[in-house]
Amino acid sequence: MHKYLVKRFLLMLPTLFGVALVTFLLIRVIPGDVVELRYAGDRGAVAQEILDQERARIGLDKPVWHQFLAWITGVARLDFGTSMWTGAPIWDEIKLRFTLSLQLAVMATLVAVALAIPLGVLAALKQDTWIDYAVRIFSIAGLSMPSFWLGIVMILVMLVAFKWLPPMVYTPFWVNPVQNLAQLIWPALAVGYRYSAVATRMTRSAMLEVLREDYIRTARAKGLMQKLILSRHALKNAMLPVLTVVALEFAFLIGGLVVTEQVFNLNGIGLLFVQAVAHRDYTLLQALVMLVAGAFIIVNFLMDIAYAWLDPRIKYR
Amino acid sequence: MRRPILVPIVLVVALLLASALPAPAQDKPRSGGELVFVVPSEPPGYDAHQEETFGLIHPMAPHYSTLLRVDPFDKTGTKPVGDLAESWTISKDQLTYTFKIRKGVKFHDGSELTAKDVKASYDKILNPPAGVKSLRKVAYTAIASVDAPDAGAFVIKLKYPEASMLLNLASPWNWIYKADILAKDPHWYEKNVMGTGAFKFVEHVKGSHWVGKKNPDYWDKGKPYLDGYRAIFISNSAAQVAAVRGERAMIQFRSFSPPERDSLVQALGPKIAVQESAWDCANLVAMHHEKKPFDDKRVRRALTLALDRYAGSQALSKITLVKDVAGIQVPGTPYATPPAELEKLAGYGHDIAKNRAEAKRLLKEAGVPDGFAFTFKNRGIPHPYEPLGIWLIDQWRQIGLNVKMEVIEASAYHPMLKRGDFEVAMDFQCGFIVEPDLDLPRFVSNSDANFGRHKDTVIDDLFSRQGRATDPDERKKILRQFEKRLLDEEVHVMYTLQWHRVVPHLAKVKGWTITPSHYLNNQLDTVWLSE
Repeated sequence: MHKYLVKRFLLMLPTLFGVALVTFLLIRVIPGDVVELRYAGDRGAVAQEILDQERARIGLDKPVWHQFLAWITGVARLDFGTSMWTGAPIWDEIKLRFTLSLQLAVMATLVAVALAIPLGVLAALKQDTWIDYAVRIFSIAGLSMPSFWLGIVMILVMLVAFKWLPPMVYTPFWVNPVQNLAQLIWPALAVGYRYSAVATRMTRSAMLEVLREDYIRTARAKGLMQKLILSRHALKNAMLPVLTVVALEFAFLIGGLVVTEQVFNLNGIGLLFVQAVAHRDYTLLQALVMLVAGAFIIVNFLMDIAYAWLDPRIKYR
Repeated sequence: MRRPILVPIVLVVALLLASALPAPAQDKPRSGGELVFVVPSEPPGYDAHQEETFGLIHPMAPHYSTLLRVDPFDKTGTKPVGDLAESWTISKDQLTYTFKIRKGVKFHDGSELTAKDVKASYDKILNPPAGVKSLRKVAYTAIASVDAPDAGAFVIKLKYPEASMLLNLASPWNWIYKADILAKDPHWYEKNVMGTGAFKFVEHVKGSHWVGKKNPDYWDKGKPYLDGYRAIFISNSAAQVAAVRGERAMIQFRSFSPPERDSLVQALGPKIAVQESAWDCANLVAMHHEKKPFDDKRVRRALTLALDRYAGSQALSKITLVKDVAGIQVPGTPYATPPAELEKLAGYGHDIAKNRAEAKRLLKEAGVPDGFAFTFKNRGIPHPYEPLGIWLIDQWRQIGLNVKMEVIEASAYHPMLKRGDFEVAMDFQCGFIVEPDLDLPRFVSNSDANFGRHKDTVIDDLFSRQGRATDPDERKKILRQFEKRLLDEEVHVMYTLQWHRVVPHLAKVKGWTITPSHYLNNQLDTVWLSE
């Protein structure tokens, strides 16, 4: 097991290198560059000399391989450089946004799990009853509605019916929990609902499968209480696919809430992604892709460990 | 029988008396409160001499002063008044400007401002040290030298008289920095804030907001009225509207679109006030003079004659940011074309049937009687580019031209124009002060922004002459000749429609006046909240 984990851990490095290389090359294929965007914006008349001077200052005049080498050696030392747009260290650009995105991802996951597991189990236990149908309608509605659309509807309802809008500026939880939750609870609900819809359906189908297993029938034949059968035997085994969905969705939420963050004006990683692309801020964009790729890889790694804990039959070599 | 006559008399007298009374208390500036406003962009760096975006001006201008400024109550945004300069004199030959610098002005670190600081700042703008950019250096080519003979005097000497010099010195970008800091590190202001403005810097949370607080030592005693301000960065336009509608923000100083204005007025009723102005931004059409058939001025003239600008203004102003039909200057400003003159230019007459008949005749004369096909390149920004592009294509089709629109992604657009990789393309310009010397250099033959690549020594000469004409009437005459040459005789470019600036704000925001430029009037020292 330990050997396997070390091997898995070491495999992360070539994966991250591959991501770094592909990202680096792909974003340079997009037309335009940061200098054009920053200095030839509205007025459209900036001297070529200034554009050339600025390109030289941030190293865009060097050959691509040279730029890659300089960047990747920095990454190896965990130095992602500075933003080409603002000149600030990359970590300064990311840290505040990361805190918000992480909190939102955790809150949305809590909302999703709190909805998905009880509803999924209930639907499986009451298969083909009105309860099952109600849960299925609820989850299909969640799948059908993009979270940003739900967010827009929530904002409109708050504005029109209550003449109230969530705070526009992020306050960290430890500074003012009420202000923090007043801002983040709404996107967490919008995102969590869609997220729960996937997990609810997965929980339902996994539970249905497990409940038909021989060992459940044996447990029932032995006269074990239904509560115990569900919690100790059925639910734990049904959790494997649910865990996969929840974990991957969690990793996605770190950087994937591009539109939802715009709708709620959240200063998160998704919005920063959009700005980095819009500004052609190569260094920032590369760092963000590495961050999200890192999140996926770590979540996958943790999931592998969790699988072994949930199902002792799984052995890694 | 007498009473019915008396009643209206008493009412009229009462109304006259009421109108003669002083303004109600709420019209007097009131101190206190925090102004919260939305900024659709964010400053990439902090040094205005090196930046180009209103995203820097809106949150940061309140921290700084300039030598002169544009009168904050002048709706044309073209009247220079003193900021750090208490007064000034101009020599008879108009080559020497001497500014008396205010006494008692303090930087936010407590040190006193002198003419030495003004000189150091202008030195940085005119002759930046190695590795430091100065984006608007080219606007000051008339300046021979700057000097600070003593702590209270700043002197500018010119190589030749320049009509626009005073207004050019009121540039909102020319923040005055501290000389000692610049001497130690000319890059210091790229990442730090320290000026003499009405508000001191508190914090900038990247991607989120910018906060300033009242400067109690501001030189203009009694100002600013606000205790502070908070600029919230919101890029999404729907979220900007929601912020004002939900009263989380009071104003967005750039502009909203007409439908956004209407939705806010409908939702907030008397709680919202709307200020509108012609905007110092315009979309032009560049035609490549080295590509056939656009090398033929008859074809270029036919293209401008096809446009029904007046009908276009009516239709497009309902859905996007454009409105006024204008020439080379913003309507309502000192050098704008009078309507009667404007109508004489090709494509500006009201008889569209006659214009289009003339356009068809010109195409026939140029050897393309059945029209021709070409590609019109447009910038990939929804407003106002997209509706304007569709309108242009429709207008050109009405004289038999077959036009295909190709939308180019915004960041790739400017390089495309510079490469000359187009036949006909949307061009654009936004100015920070309406002034021919600032707005028109792009039309000079050797300009970096002469994307159509015309070569016209007459235009070059007229541009040079108007800039040196210090008599306003003489300057107007030359400008009209310039305009006729540019838009009518040679049709080097076409102006489509002037942008229209729409700023709806909560009615409690007072003391702010809209101008044609979204770069002006952001020092906030005159702004106050009525509740």
